[in-house]
Amino acid sequence: MSLRNLVIAGAVTGLMGSAAWADCGPSGQSIRILASDFPAIHAVAGTAEAMCAGAAAEFTRNHTTEAREIMNAALTPNPAEYTSVIVANSTLTQLMNDGLVRPLNDYVEKYGAHLEPHQMITIDGNVMAVAFMANSQHLFSRSDILEKAGVSGIPSTYEEVLAAAEKIRAAGIMEHPLVMNMKVGWNVGEVFNMIYLAHGGEFFQPGSAAPAINNEKAIAALSIMRSLAEYAHPDHLTQASNETQGLWEAGQAALGIMWGSRGGVILDDEGSSEEVTSNTVLSGAPTVAGGSIPAATLWWDGITIATNVGDAEAEATFAALVSAMTPEMVAEHNDDAVWLIDGFKPGPAAAGVAATATGGAMSYPMIPYIGLMHNALGAELVDFLKGAEGAEQAIADVEAAYVTAAKEAGFLN
Amino acid sequence: MPNRTFFWFILPTLTTMILFIALPIVSVFIQSLHIEHEQVILVSESCDPFGCTETTSVDTEATEKLRREQPLGRFNGLGTYINRSHLAFEEVREAWGATDTMGAFFSRILNLPFYKALAFTLTYTFVVTPFVLVLGLAIAVGINNLPKLVKGPTIFVSLLPMIVTPLVGSLILFWMVDGDGIIGATLQRIYDDNALSLKASPALTWIMLIVYGVWHILPFSFIVFYAGLQTVPRETLESAMIDGATKWQRIIHVIVPHLMPIVIFVTLILLMDNFRVFEPIVGFSAEAHAQSLSWIIFKDLRESANPLYSSAGATSMMTILGVAILLTPVLIRTWRDFRRRSP
Repeated sequence: MSLRNLVIAGAVTGLMGSAAWADCGPSGQSIRILASDFPAIHAVAGTAEAMCAGAAAEFTRNHTTEAREIMNAALTPNPAEYTSVIVANSTLTQLMNDGLVRPLNDYVEKYGAHLEPHQMITIDGNVMAVAFMANSQHLFSRSDILEKAGVSGIPSTYEEVLAAAEKIRAAGIMEHPLVMNMKVGWNVGEVFNMIYLAHGGEFFQPGSAAPAINNEKAIAALSIMRSLAEYAHPDHLTQASNETQGLWEAGQAALGIMWGSRGGVILDDEGSSEEVTSNTVLSGAPTVAGGSIPAATLWWDGITIATNVGDAEAEATFAALVSAMTPEMVAEHNDDAVWLIDGFKPGPAAAGVAATATGGAMSYPMIPYIGLMHNALGAELVDFLKGAEGAEQAIADVEAAYVTAAKEAGFLN
Repeated sequence: MPNRTFFWFILPTLTTMILFIALPIVSVFIQSLHIEHEQVILVSESCDPFGCTETTSVDTEATEKLRREQPLGRFNGLGTYINRSHLAFEEVREAWGATDTMGAFFSRILNLPFYKALAFTLTYTFVVTPFVLVLGLAIAVGINNLPKLVKGPTIFVSLLPMIVTPLVGSLILFWMVDGDGIIGATLQRIYDDNALSLKASPALTWIMLIVYGVWHILPFSFIVFYAGLQTVPRETLESAMIDGATKWQRIIHVIVPHLMPIVIFVTLILLMDNFRVFEPIVGFSAEAHAQSLSWIIFKDLRESANPLYSSAGATSMMTILGVAILLTPVLIRTWRDFRRRSP
């Protein structure tokens, strides 16, 4: 990975070099970033390093897929291990629950003139994070196979997805034309979230941690999931993004609900055949049950600044990271992500996320106890999907598991 | 040995055992008796690139104050042990009252996470352990009778499953049983069923995990038995031969009784190891069909954004208790033998 970083940093330095001038805030500070590990985040953090490492006494980046597991422990001591963590909806909540990130209002005023208002993640008027990219799950279709099976157009509702899957199966083209990230745990919980929100469902009673999922919308969402599972690869309960992407690139699926961030990787000329890439169409997440809300949760990735670090360090870190959020950086890395930054030109790889967002999909809820609910869903829905229990029982199990966990975590009494 | 000398002999061992084994267990136990503070919730508004919504957040200052007053959290007694995620007393009582047949009762009990995990853990332990004992002895006897030239290489090859890291070993097998993998594809061809998947069926997943468990731990019992075989007295064997004992009779009446202390030792270790089965479940992504007590601890600590320390602590304590219960019969037997031999 370090070689890759060098190449990116080198390219960026070569491009901007002395031409670009960035306000890096207080000089001689230590900037330490913890982030997940995918190209868009490398682009932002790498550009920040190229722009501001010279002015800083120290500039380190730790890119790890385990960031979420270590972030709370790393930011708790004073001084914290990192001055900034790059987070998403759910991980911001995780840090805020423990009060580990600081409000950014003053920094935004001082260094954020070039940022867009929609990039600000505000909670009760305080900017807690600055987002730079969006992501969501949405529909991937193989136009050639749909055509061969006699399906006209790209499905836009889950009912149409199911009908199309049945036609493909009936035509003998594929027995299991659908791929979805349904791996037990977080992934299967997320599938429920998407379809439940599209039914207009709520997770909690307003203003409290009491669950509100025991209703017909949840039952309806489960019945859609069961129908989808019928057409999904037999191993769907073990499949997450890497597996579904693999099946897609191998040409073994015609319809997929996958992450937008995989779009660029699927459409590029690596790991797949011309037949697959040229016929893959990315479109918005389907709606369901006659509703108008796309069945997806919208995600953003953004920067935060740790509470437990010196003020000058915090300021320098913020200045360095937002100095990377420029049209030049976006132009350089246009297809790496669906950027929320000025200058982004949506390509085919961004079409799905853009359509899902403009279609009015919900954000993944930033609620302190959503992690516990998500966990309960991920664990307790499996028996239903396997056909071992009914939908009512599954929802009752989720509710009971959530209440038990929420009591232990202090959210419920 | 005078008591004084014995005390000084044992002191270093005792100190490290208390420091690194006893104290952590005590700390986990204390943790399991407490739950988190009440979290002070505020209603607030959050805005992101996709719009604004009313939401809630934690009042960190107020919560921090509570935390400082009682650093351990709220005392909950054995509450965590008997809640739905663990022994689920209330749910069990309810199920008992609401069902007529034993079958219906058990199917409701097995819907509870702890009992579901316990069912797999016990099945795994009680199937893998005897298999490994018998097969291990068989391989040891077999190799012991090989000509000297091939003995060394055979021993080395037989040890390989143990050398491979459990997680890596299970991942390798996981890919092999995939529909596109060599084993999965072959099975599909044999049964002429393209939808056949070892990962999709609960029964096949259990069998796969158990086979993997036997494969992985077999070298341990084999190598210990093989070492034991080198100590079987030649005289006894020879006199058994003179008495006209067949090969089979010699194994049953001479070798096995001689190896009995080793068999007990291996059984102890196997029971302990198998009861803590964990890596294969992660490696095989088998959570949908098979969960173990150790996997529940892992899930409590990792899956949610708020690690549930007391849940994890409670399950850990019950795992230790479970191991203790499993080992009791074996230990009692050893103690009796010991008493009989030294009157």
